[in-house]
Parts: sequence; C-alpha cells; structure tokens
Amino acid sequence: MNSNFLIELENVDRRFTSPEGKIIQVLDNFSMTVKPGEFCAVVGPTGCGKSTTLSLISGLAKANAGKVLIEGKEFEGIDSRVGYVFQTDAVFPWKNVLDNVAVGPLFRGVDKKEAIEKSLDWIKRVGLQGFEHHYPHQLSGGMRKRVALAQTFINSPDILLMDEPFSSLDVQTKLLMQQELLQLWSKHKAAVVFVTHDIEEATILADKVYVLSKRPTKVKKIYNVDIERPRIVTETRYTKKFIEISKSIWNDLSEEVNI
Amino acid sequence: MSDQNNINREEEIKKLEKISVEKVKERWRFVIFYRFMFLFVTLGGWEVLGRTGIIDPFFFSMPSSIAYQLYIWIIKGTSQGPLWLQVLVTLEETVLGFLIGAVMGIICGIALGRNKMLADIFSIYIKIANAIPRIVLGSIFIIALGLGMASKVALAVVMVFFVVFGNAFQGVREADTNLIANARVLGASDRQVTFKVVLPSALSWILASLHISFGFALVGAVVGEFLGSKQGIGLLIATAQGAFNAAGVFAAMIVLAVVALIADYLITRLENRLLKWRPNV
Repeated sequence: MNSNFLIELENVDRRFTSPEGKIIQVLDNFSMTVKPGEFCAVVGPTGCGKSTTLSLISGLAKANAGKVLIEGKEFEGIDSRVGYVFQTDAVFPWKNVLDNVAVGPLFRGVDKKEAIEKSLDWIKRVGLQGFEHHYPHQLSGGMRKRVALAQTFINSPDILLMDEPFSSLDVQTKLLMQQELLQLWSKHKAAVVFVTHDIEEATILADKVYVLSKRPTKVKKIYNVDIERPRIVTETRYTKKFIEISKSIWNDLSEEVNI
Repeated sequence: MSDQNNINREEEIKKLEKISVEKVKERWRFVIFYRFMFLFVTLGGWEVLGRTGIIDPFFFSMPSSIAYQLYIWIIKGTSQGPLWLQVLVTLEETVLGFLIGAVMGIICGIALGRNKMLADIFSIYIKIANAIPRIVLGSIFIIALGLGMASKVALAVVMVFFVVFGNAFQGVREADTNLIANARVLGASDRQVTFKVVLPSALSWILASLHISFGFALVGAVVGEFLGSKQGIGLLIATAQGAFNAAGVFAAMIVLAVVALIADYLITRLENRLLKWRPNV
C-alpha cells in the first residue's frame, strides 16, 4: 500500500438501484489517487458519475466493491477531515451568515463563543464583513458561495471536495471566485478534488486533471497541468500552455460527449 | 447648465412620485369604501327582507335579532351561565386538543418522514384514516369518555393530528437532501440533522398546517359539545336549535368566528416570528 497518497480509490464499483430494483452501474473498476495538498480536477460527460466519486470520498455513499482509503486506511461513516462544497446552494436559509459559518464547529462540539469568533474571522477572510446578520436570500449568488466556502474552510479540512461549486455563477463572478479559491487554498493546502464540466476551469485550477469516460465510468486519461503557481485566473488563461492543455482535454472529452 | 437640468429632473421625479403615492392611497380608500358598502348592503338587505316578510325571520333570523341576542348573552348571560364561561370552556377544549394533536402530529410526521421503512408500512393506513370522516368518532368519544371535557379534547385531537401529521411528514420528505448532506459533512450527528436541519426545513409546512388545524380543533370541540355536554358554545347552539331560536345559532356562530379570527392572528404572528428568515412575498 503506498501511503504517500491521502486519498485512494482502488478498483471501485458503485451501482445505483432504481426503485424498481434495476441496477445502474456508475463507476466501474474505478481508480484514482490524490496526494496531500494536491489540486485534482475531474471532468467528464454529464451523468458519468463525477459527483459519485465525491460522495464516496466523503463517506456519504459506500462503494459496492473496491476500496476507498484516506491516509491508507478505510473509514466508517463521514470522515471529519473532509470538507464538501455542493453544486447547489447548501447554506441553511433559516440561519444568518454568522450562524451559517459557525455551524460546522458547533456541530463538532466547539464552544459557542469560540465558534462565533472563528466564524467572524472566516467571514472577514471571504470578504463578507458587514453581512454577518443577513439571511441567505438577501445575498447574491456569489456571496452565498462565499458563505459556503467559509462554512467549509472553518473546519480546516485536509480534503476539500467541490462539486461544480461555481457552475451557477455568471462568468465574472466565477473568475473572481476561482481566484479566491486559489488564494484560500494556497494558504491552507488541502488536497482538493474539484468536479466540473468546465475544462478551462479544471485547467486553470488543478495540478492534475482526470478525464472520465461515459458510463460505466473509467478514468480515460490523466493530465498533469504543469503551469506554475501562483496563477492569475484572468491572465493565465491566455498563455500558450494553458490553451494547449485545455485543447487536448477537450479533444479527449469530445469523443465521449459526441451525440 | 447640466446642474440646473439635474435639479429640474429631480423635481420632476418628485412630482411624479407624489402623484403615484396619491394614486395608491386613492385606490386603498376605494377598496375600503366598497368593503363597507358590501357589508352594509348584505346586512341591510337581510334585515329588509326579514322585516318585509319576504324571508321568514323565524327560520332565518335578522341581523338586528342576532345583535340583540348577543347583547342579552353578554349582559344577562346565557341559559347555561355567563357567555364568557361558555367561550372559555370551548376555548380550553380547542386549545388543549390543538396542542396535543399538533405535537403528536409533528412528532409522528418527523418520525415517519425520517424513516423510509416506517413510512412505506404506515402511509397506506394514514391515508385511509385521513379519508374517514373522523368527526363521527365524536359519538364514540362521548360514549367512552363521557360528557366532560375529555371527549371534546379527544375529538379535537383527532381532527388536528392528521392535518399536522400530513404536513410535517411532507415537509420532512421535502427537506433538501443537499442541506442534509452538507450538515452531515460539516459534522452533524443524526440527532442534529433531525433537529437542526430537518425540523427547520419542515417548519413552514408545519406552520401552514397550524392555520387550518386550529379551525379543525374548534370544529371538533364544538361538535363534541353539540353531541353531548354540560357547557360550551356547542351546547349553546344545540339549545338554540332545540328552542327554534335561529338568532341564537347565528349569534353563537359569530362568537366562534371571533375566536377563530383571534387565533389565526396569533398563529400568523408566531409564523412571522419563526420564519423571519424567509424572503418577503
């Protein structure tokens, strides 16, 4: 067992059973590894099971066969080292920003005062000071995403799972949030698995891009993105290297999405 | 020059605003006026039709007789004691039944909503129980629990329980799976998921059901009294009916309506307090 890896999926199968009892094979003999502090992006055709990989790593779902290892060990339930940013809004609409961010430490039994202090600090770090007592519906989509980021980062996860977190944002906000994510990550250095359908987003953020095939899903190809950091989202996307890599990922992917 | 233009423009907009504010007020006055008109015409028409004998006031009464009946009840009391006591008795039965039914409904709704297996087993029976006209159970309760308060409370509970239960169940089932997953990853235990995520999600459903079910509780209590009791507005109605006193029935109806309206107002207040995080509609 190579314990250099923080996350390992080894020959994993994942099936879904429909209400009528029919079986849909989503992941088929699927393997993937992530080192500590590595930024991995996962791209693939729609419905191929990109998000399923995240559910498996988080422990929200169990593999039907194969192994899911964190630091070389199998784990029970949901691992406390994991943070998860969801595709749709998953902030609690009945809590204001302050309480939303503080919720992680509170669930984990941290003292209320300390949780609030930590929450205030993270609200500042994601640039939401002045909005502590706003409710989610009073915020813009981008601001809600910031709340979600703070909510996740406050637990200092070693593993950060992100499921198309910026797909619902407009292009400008998206670029801004990507940059902000890179900054937060560079300070914290969690291992990231970032699922997206946006090839450029994958290339600009990640060290390693997994391209998945259509269902039943296997890893089709792995790209190493050796563009140096720190990257400036709005500039790096025009460099030759970036364009080359994006293009070849797209070539790979287009074979899978041809209809 | 452009400064001057800006000032002129601002003044113009202010003028327009004044006009639009005036229009809104005007419309509101119109609405209020016609509301009163409608009331006046309806009650006045009823009174006139009664007095001219086109409809028989013996059967259908008249606003003036109803008002007089209310006046008598308030000043001299009813045949079974002071009016406030009757209201109090009915209210006590209603509120008790409402609270017990609502709490039971919420607990069962959440338990079944959170447990797919339980839900699959019991949902069919709940549907059946809901389809039965439960008000008929009133007779059983009178036989079993006697003429006292217990039988009325039981009937009110049965009336309330299924409404609240249905809504709590639905609310729990519709709780956003993303929110639950998020809470779990953030470190919530099953208990915390239920109380900190599922319950608040279902709250708007539950509160909506409380509006309807208070009325149901009132119906349960009154029908219970109607079927057999020693006190309460239901008995007042039964007595009036026995004496062919149509004005008495209508007067009791008005008392009930006032109680229901006050309760609805209080529940709305509670709702606004608990759901202050909701966007205003």
